[in-house]
Amino acid sequence: MKVVVDEEKCVAAGQCVAAAMDVFDQREDDGIVVLLDENPPAELAEDVRNAAAVCPALAIRLEE
Amino acid sequence: MSIDDDAGAPARVLVVGASASGLTTVETLRRKGYEGRITVLGDEPHAPYDRPPLSKQVLSGAWEPERAALRTQEVLSALDAEFVLGDQAVALDRASRGVRTESGRELRADAIVIATGVRARRLPGSEDLAGVHVLRTLDDALALRAGLSAGTRLVVVGEGVLGSEIAATARTLGLDVTLTGPLSAPMALQVGPLVSGVLADLHTERGVELRLGNGVVGLTAGGGRVTGVRLATGEVLPADAVVVAIGATPATEWLADSGLEIDNGVVCDSHCRAEEGIYAVGDVARWYHEGLGRLVRLENRTNATEQAMAVAGEILGADRPYAPVPYFWTDQYDAKLQVHGFLPPDAEVDVVEGDLTARRFVARYRSKGRVTGVLGWNMPKQARMRRQEIVDGLDAPAPTH
Ligand SMILES: Cc1cc2nc3c(=O)[nH]c(=O)nc-3n(C[C@H](O)[C@H](O)[C@H](O)COP(=O)(O)OP(=O)(O)OC[C@H]3O[C@@H](n4cnc5c(N)ncnc54)[C@H](O)[C@@H]3O)c2cc1C
Ligand code: SF4
Repeated sequence: MKVVVDEEKCVAAGQCVAAAMDVFDQREDDGIVVLLDENPPAELAEDVRNAAAVCPALAIRLEE
Repeated sequence: MSIDDDAGAPARVLVVGASASGLTTVETLRRKGYEGRITVLGDEPHAPYDRPPLSKQVLSGAWEPERAALRTQEVLSALDAEFVLGDQAVALDRASRGVRTESGRELRADAIVIATGVRARRLPGSEDLAGVHVLRTLDDALALRAGLSAGTRLVVVGEGVLGSEIAATARTLGLDVTLTGPLSAPMALQVGPLVSGVLADLHTERGVELRLGNGVVGLTAGGGRVTGVRLATGEVLPADAVVVAIGATPATEWLADSGLEIDNGVVCDSHCRAEEGIYAVGDVARWYHEGLGRLVRLENRTNATEQAMAVAGEILGADRPYAPVPYFWTDQYDAKLQVHGFLPPDAEVDVVEGDLTARRFVARYRSKGRVTGVLGWNMPKQARMRRQEIVDGLDAPAPTH
């Protein structure tokens, strides 16, 4: 699984971080998404799919 | 997923409402392996699109309207669902689980998901007046954008989240903007006196004229066009264009004769069930929140997604109450506000990080000794990190008095 984030779309909701803490973080100053792991391991795949689904700004795209 | 997992799942699902919550219901069903038939009925002619950008990027012109589309045509097709668009549900028959549409279709299913959202409230008598707008749909946003140009005198009626956002966007475009409404500051009802005071300063600094604390009694017009907004004091605010943002009403007219309980939304149990096999999601749903011990209806984007995910799970047999910590955000000028949880009007508010004057802070809201909500002003991450305190507050046993 490859994760792509669109910083321009991100509204800093942080929903993705709540869903997949090991894969997403937020910048300290403006809260924009930070991708910690571009190719997360299989055991995190479901969390990452959840993160992408819950992101209100549709800023997370998955290539599976 | 094996066939077994699908056992007991309904053979056909009908989703009424083709927007954020409706689409997420479908996507989650498929993601969880549901292989039955899905039909989505929507009254708008457009494929599902997102509303938050309408008052921000689409209104400002930063985005072309296509960019608000929730999914590409390709992704929609891959869902293997039938989308019936541009046709309105007009009646629901509970016994047969059938929905009748305006054009005369009869759609039947084993499970029905009501996702019809809300409709903008209008000022009575303003329907046919040129220059008067509401903002709920993509077509509304395009009409409003077309009606705005630098120098236009715009009066925004309604000081809630939407009205405040529109005022900010329009002011940034160089319009002459007045914001009016009965409360004393922008978003006073949503964020309380402390933060709404900071918002009032921000709008004033940016050149929005605040005429708050007065009810609007009507509009003035000439030659079929709006000319102004009349306040309860008798004063008239001159206007070339008016946006009415005075809240929204659940789109439940079509359910009036269904026998379902309708009371400011479709009343549901803690599993978002209006009755066996009939669910409601998103802005239209008013369900029993077990953490709060009362019915709630939320009008925010995250709830549309989360509740839809929960309902899809429920349809497939998850059997879990839906009790989220709500979340919404709003962007006004360079201020990005993030709100987690509930901010009751009587809450005690203190700034727990950053500081008010620097306009970078986190405020914590407490009611009856428990943390119920957190608001971040240009501190999104810091606000989110305090979300757990709200979860703990919800979990704590209710005080006995
Ligand atoms: C301009 C604007 C800005 C916003 N900004 C934010 C924001 O910054 N942050 C945030 O958290 N939230 C925001 N929101 C709120 C958010 O967009 C909503 O909570 C969300 O769209 C709710 O999704 P929904 O699917 O429940 O309802 P809706 O999006 O309202 O969709 C319901 C759909 O059902 C259709 N429908 C209604 N009746 C029928 C019928 N009888 N038959 C068939 N179809 C029907 C409607 O036409 C509509 O397409 C904003 C809303 C607006 C309007
Ligand atoms: S959930 Fe989406 S909008 Fe929010 S921080 Fe993550 S990527 Fe950004």
